[in-house]
Amino acid sequence: MNASLVLVLLMAVMYAAGVYVMLERSITRIVIGFVLVGNATNILLLLMTGRPGAPAFWDDGATAASEMTDPLPQALILTAIVINMGITAFLLALIYRAWWLARTEAKDAQPDEGDVVDDGDDLPEQVEDADRVFEETGADADAIKEEQDEGERDDTDAEPGARADGPADIDQRGVQR
Amino acid sequence: MSANLVPLVVGLPLLGAALTLVLGRNTRLQVLVSTVVLTAVAVIAAILLARVGEEGTAVVRVGGWESPIGIVLVADRLSALMVLVSAVVLLGVLVFAVGQGLADEHRDTPVSIFHPTYMILATGLFNAFVAGDLFNMFVGFEVLLAASYVLLTLGGTGARIRAGVTYIIVSLISSVFFLSAIALVYGATGTVTIANVAQRVAELPDDVQLLLHLMLLIAFGIKAAVFPVSFWLPDSYPTAPAPVTAVFAGLLTKVGVYAIIRTETVMFPGDVLEDFLMVLATLTLLIGIAGAIAQADIKRLLSFTLVSHIGYMIFGIAIGTEQAMTATIYYVVHHITVQTTLFLVVGLIERMGGATSITRLAGLLKAFPVLAVLFFIPALNLGGIPPFSGFLGKVGLFQAGVELGTPLSYIAIAAGAATSLLTLYALVRVWNLAFWRSREEMESGHQSRLVSSLQEDPDYSGGTSTRTTPRIMIATTAAMVVLSVALTVVAGPLLEISAEAARNVIDPSAYIEAVMGGAR
Repeated sequence: MNASLVLVLLMAVMYAAGVYVMLERSITRIVIGFVLVGNATNILLLLMTGRPGAPAFWDDGATAASEMTDPLPQALILTAIVINMGITAFLLALIYRAWWLARTEAKDAQPDEGDVVDDGDDLPEQVEDADRVFEETGADADAIKEEQDEGERDDTDAEPGARADGPADIDQRGVQR
Repeated sequence: MSANLVPLVVGLPLLGAALTLVLGRNTRLQVLVSTVVLTAVAVIAAILLARVGEEGTAVVRVGGWESPIGIVLVADRLSALMVLVSAVVLLGVLVFAVGQGLADEHRDTPVSIFHPTYMILATGLFNAFVAGDLFNMFVGFEVLLAASYVLLTLGGTGARIRAGVTYIIVSLISSVFFLSAIALVYGATGTVTIANVAQRVAELPDDVQLLLHLMLLIAFGIKAAVFPVSFWLPDSYPTAPAPVTAVFAGLLTKVGVYAIIRTETVMFPGDVLEDFLMVLATLTLLIGIAGAIAQADIKRLLSFTLVSHIGYMIFGIAIGTEQAMTATIYYVVHHITVQTTLFLVVGLIERMGGATSITRLAGLLKAFPVLAVLFFIPALNLGGIPPFSGFLGKVGLFQAGVELGTPLSYIAIAAGAATSLLTLYALVRVWNLAFWRSREEMESGHQSRLVSSLQEDPDYSGGTSTRTTPRIMIATTAAMVVLSVALTVVAGPLLEISAEAARNVIDPSAYIEAVMGGAR
């Protein structure tokens, strides 16, 4: 099997750069690293083609099989590229969401922004608040209103002490639905 | 004839995903479609399992291309059994999730997205089980992983995003390893069809074989959460919604175990890495369970026992005899069922008790006797108390280990026995504190050293108030508990099937013959 030295070097550099960037803590850099490493792997697949040759399946079998380029790695690369693209898109959406949460969190932490006055250290609560804000500005306002109404009802029903009332209580309410 | 059924196992859930996506606004129809699809797959898998026993391995050449050129779907006993068990478990969790979704509306699970994603997860899972070539298996893995990313970050709260990022990055690294390994396997052997790789790999130099072998093992080891690469699991699973965690815990790691079984038996038979795997199994057992003991949060505790018990399966694979493989396959079936059941029970505990940390739970036995029973049975089962299936699987593994008789296998047996006891200890402690302890005792602030040294969940964000628990959730969990107990009742036939499946994998010549049909 023979391979192009340029491609081998390119692959090595991309692997190295990708792994190096992935070692950072920031998600954005990890995504960049992932894209590099993913494409380095695609080049690795391409390298496995071996000797270059004529395109496969183009002149109704006039080309002998030994003259053709191996088409299989190309098919594999194509699939891998599609998968990588999908995952990258999802990761970008995830980064956007994380950034959004962080921003809302920072906003909510200021006392004059609404009724959320906290000691500022209680991170999980703030994240939940950010999430609540997101849901309220989100599409399904009706469902959320319903949910809130129910939440209030549940809150009045279920004091911590009333929990021991047992399954009968719960079954009744389960059936109501 | 039975071969025609194999593509349906992948096609039906894919079709179901499309349908449920189109039916996004109609939850009832979505539920109907998902349920029908999973039931159909379970029935098909059962038929396949019976037929494969009579007619031999079922092979489908997709597109009519002869292997090794085309893609093949292969269903032997192991594949059919895995598909059957997964379909049943997926169905159970689906019903549980539907029950929870009906009660919660849009709170934790945006239902319109849940069903299509769940169907895609099933597609990827079944595809990985019936894939006859490495690349198709890779595609199956990616499909199920992509779905799992979405399920894990459902709702997009801060905790889930944080957990999701860890999980996704680790999975991506594993995928890169897998894809690179496929590229190298193709470069070395000129094929990616598993059966054909098996024929050609012996001709390669030893060091090349070892490299390919290790690359595949790393990729699958990350998925299966084997010791040095298991760190990600307890951090990412517990934050997801209860049904999602249950499915992940039961099934996703087992795909990795399944792939390791195929690697160790079909592609790289022999005992090159036997000792290496034996050491890994021992470490996975001990370090996993050591983590479990330190946890106060039941979800995290169970995630650590999950990691730990993967060690049993790796131990069985490392021994590699027919008896060991029989026990391993039986143990995989047992573990899928029991671990999923326990996570469903924790979902119920979270709803009814309002917390998942044993330092904040008490008096559940008195308040919810049914829940107590539902927890107690699978807990004993996981801990390996006779006559439950956990005991049968472990005894099978230990017997096979004794017959092998190497010092390492005795060490692994000792680690396995210790892990079994410690699992029991961890779960009985949950029982004592959350179920048996009275509320007064908790509120009076009595602190034993057992409790004060526990590690709380870092993502804990305040108790949720008791919400309604629909009967359907309790009924589904009860059905899963019955199923896990039934594994003991049908242990005879099931062990026989496992033994036949084990014979298939130990001697892959029938598998290779069925796929390749004499070609090389």
